Amino acid sequence: MRKNSLGCFAAAALAAMLAAGPALAADAVKIGVLQPLSGNSANAGKSALDAINLAAELVNTVHPEFASLPSVGKGGLSNLGGAKIEVVSADHQGNPAEGQAQTLRLITQEHVAAVLGSYHSNVTFTASAVAERQGVPFVVGDSVAANITSRGYKWLFRVTPIASDFAANYMEFLSDMKKAGHKVDTVAVVNENTDYGTSVGGTVVEQAKKHGFTVAAQIPYNANSTDVSAQVLQLKEKNPDCVIFVSYTADAILYMKTMKNLDYRPPMIIGDDAGFADPSFIPAVGDIAQGVMNRSSWDVGKPGSVTAKINELFKAKTGHELDDTSARDMQAMFVLADAINRAGSTDPGKIQAALKATDLKPEQLMMGYKGVKFDETGQNVLAATYLIQLQGKDYVSVWPAKSATAQVQWPLKGWK
Amino acid sequence: MILLQVVVGGLLLGAVYALFSSGLTLIWGMMNFINFAHGEFVMLGMYVALVVVTAVHGGPAVFAPAAAVALFLLGVLVYGALIKHVTRGPMLAQILSTFGLALLLRYSAFFVFSSDFRTLPESALSGSLNLGGIFVGKPQLLAGVVAAALTLGMHMLLTRTALGSRLLAVAEDRNAAMLMGIRPDRMQALAWGLSAASAGIAGALMAVAYPFSPSVGETFALTAFVVVSLGGFGSVPGAMIAGFIIGLVDQLAGFYVGPIYKDVVVYGLFVAVLWVRPQGLLGRL
Repeated sequence: MRKNSLGCFAAAALAAMLAAGPALAADAVKIGVLQPLSGNSANAGKSALDAINLAAELVNTVHPEFASLPSVGKGGLSNLGGAKIEVVSADHQGNPAEGQAQTLRLITQEHVAAVLGSYHSNVTFTASAVAERQGVPFVVGDSVAANITSRGYKWLFRVTPIASDFAANYMEFLSDMKKAGHKVDTVAVVNENTDYGTSVGGTVVEQAKKHGFTVAAQIPYNANSTDVSAQVLQLKEKNPDCVIFVSYTADAILYMKTMKNLDYRPPMIIGDDAGFADPSFIPAVGDIAQGVMNRSSWDVGKPGSVTAKINELFKAKTGHELDDTSARDMQAMFVLADAINRAGSTDPGKIQAALKATDLKPEQLMMGYKGVKFDETGQNVLAATYLIQLQGKDYVSVWPAKSATAQVQWPLKGWK
Repeated sequence: MILLQVVVGGLLLGAVYALFSSGLTLIWGMMNFINFAHGEFVMLGMYVALVVVTAVHGGPAVFAPAAAVALFLLGVLVYGALIKHVTRGPMLAQILSTFGLALLLRYSAFFVFSSDFRTLPESALSGSLNLGGIFVGKPQLLAGVVAAALTLGMHMLLTRTALGSRLLAVAEDRNAAMLMGIRPDRMQALAWGLSAASAGIAGALMAVAYPFSPSVGETFALTAFVVVSLGGFGSVPGAMIAGFIIGLVDQLAGFYVGPIYKDVVVYGLFVAVLWVRPQGLLGRL
């Protein structure tokens, strides 16, 4: 049996080599992909790798329908004689030390032209340090911790939006609502008190002040609380025009139930991903949380659109829909492929220069970013997110208006 | 008005605390044995309720007794298969055995039910009553009534019946009780069954109000230990009073001092009380 499958494998490999014959004219461009392929986050890592593989396939094959995306669907990288992209994956198991070891292996043994990674912020933090020392570009599609881009690295490029982007988007949305005639003067921020909630909550408060809103209250709390009525009563007393929650799952559900029980329905609620995006949230409290807002940079869009076609291809391969995290990774692969094509070379220095010169417009992207342009820290300054609203059984895209698939419902319907 | 709502909220929370703590204190009172798996019993009560609701769509009148019966049997089984054997061993073995049992139950639940958060569908018990602007959560109110009934029932059982006397006799002196013709194993198995059953009812009622996953027991277990030691180990009425005190302090501090500091106030008070009365409010030294 074992011999047999080995034989099959050899035959398949041979067939693949024969099929790939013409492409050998130009050497393949190797790109290292560092993701958690085993351990607690293996699902997320596997899905990200699937999305990145699909991105490479779309770059390598001919797809005229994706002409709006640069370097995609041209049957390889045109400035490198039609060279194909070859994905070399590595598993970091969610372990920062393993992330370093694998990055070193990808660069020194596999000779990859660039590395993409790596889901966990703490792994991205250590792995990118190796790439920096080796002088190879490290492109971040998914990790959002602020400290990743605060080290003055020259070889690090982060495509994904981070907390300050989300927070700014929330405030832009509220400003738009105010312009549309709704009363929005005060906001309250309710955040759980570990790393995630504290940093995002703080950023939201900062951005709210910057956009001229009054912060009626910031309420940090412990996500393991068995009861949140004290917090809800505080909100009821302050009566803000919008409440922004930075919460995990049990607490997000508990807040919705407690608000209903204490008959407190703020004009609007924005939940920052996490608990409000958990698969258990909608089944548990979907019918009393109608109109709750959330964020996502990925939106499937209208049937026939580029994003809908990408989602179909992904679904055909994996059996499930593209999610926000995997889609952000896929976008990062497209950005990197385009930079390599513009560099016209696999020389890391030239790719670095091309990444620095990246200036993509919103219509050249599959994500809801306002573009891709890196500042001196390597952060994409045009990264942004869509806002989505729970209407019926699903979140639908409602903001910004030009990409929205549904109208914003204001005020919050809740359980009425 | 808002102060009244906070006080009512505190009393209702206290009722829930009292409910899931009463079983823990019973085991201590009967056996001088700390059950670290008590939070997991509560968690299993929640999942029994979920399974019953999914299977037969019954209301609280169906799933609460079902959870009580299922957990009673589990309690007896745990006593027969584990506790009976480790009580002959050193103190450390007793402590670690229920700790291990807690992990076994928790991770078995992860295996069977996955780590997703679950909630019970809306039922007659969901929501709250509006009493002139003061909102009273129905599940919490029922928890309070059941906690009071259980406390009273256990108190009566222990002080007014022959069965209670036999239970207490075994707790007092196992060998002397045997000489009087009492079978200590049966009595203690009964105590474990009653303790687990009360945890099961508590879990089933809380499942209506609280989203749960297999790790929910940790949260409840810590509170239960605080309630039991404040009330006095082994005192069922003590657990009731301590539950109300902690619930009230929790809510008042959460509202006036801030949710992240409320634990400072709660545990500060806890330490202060134990400093003055190390045996707890109603405990005996």
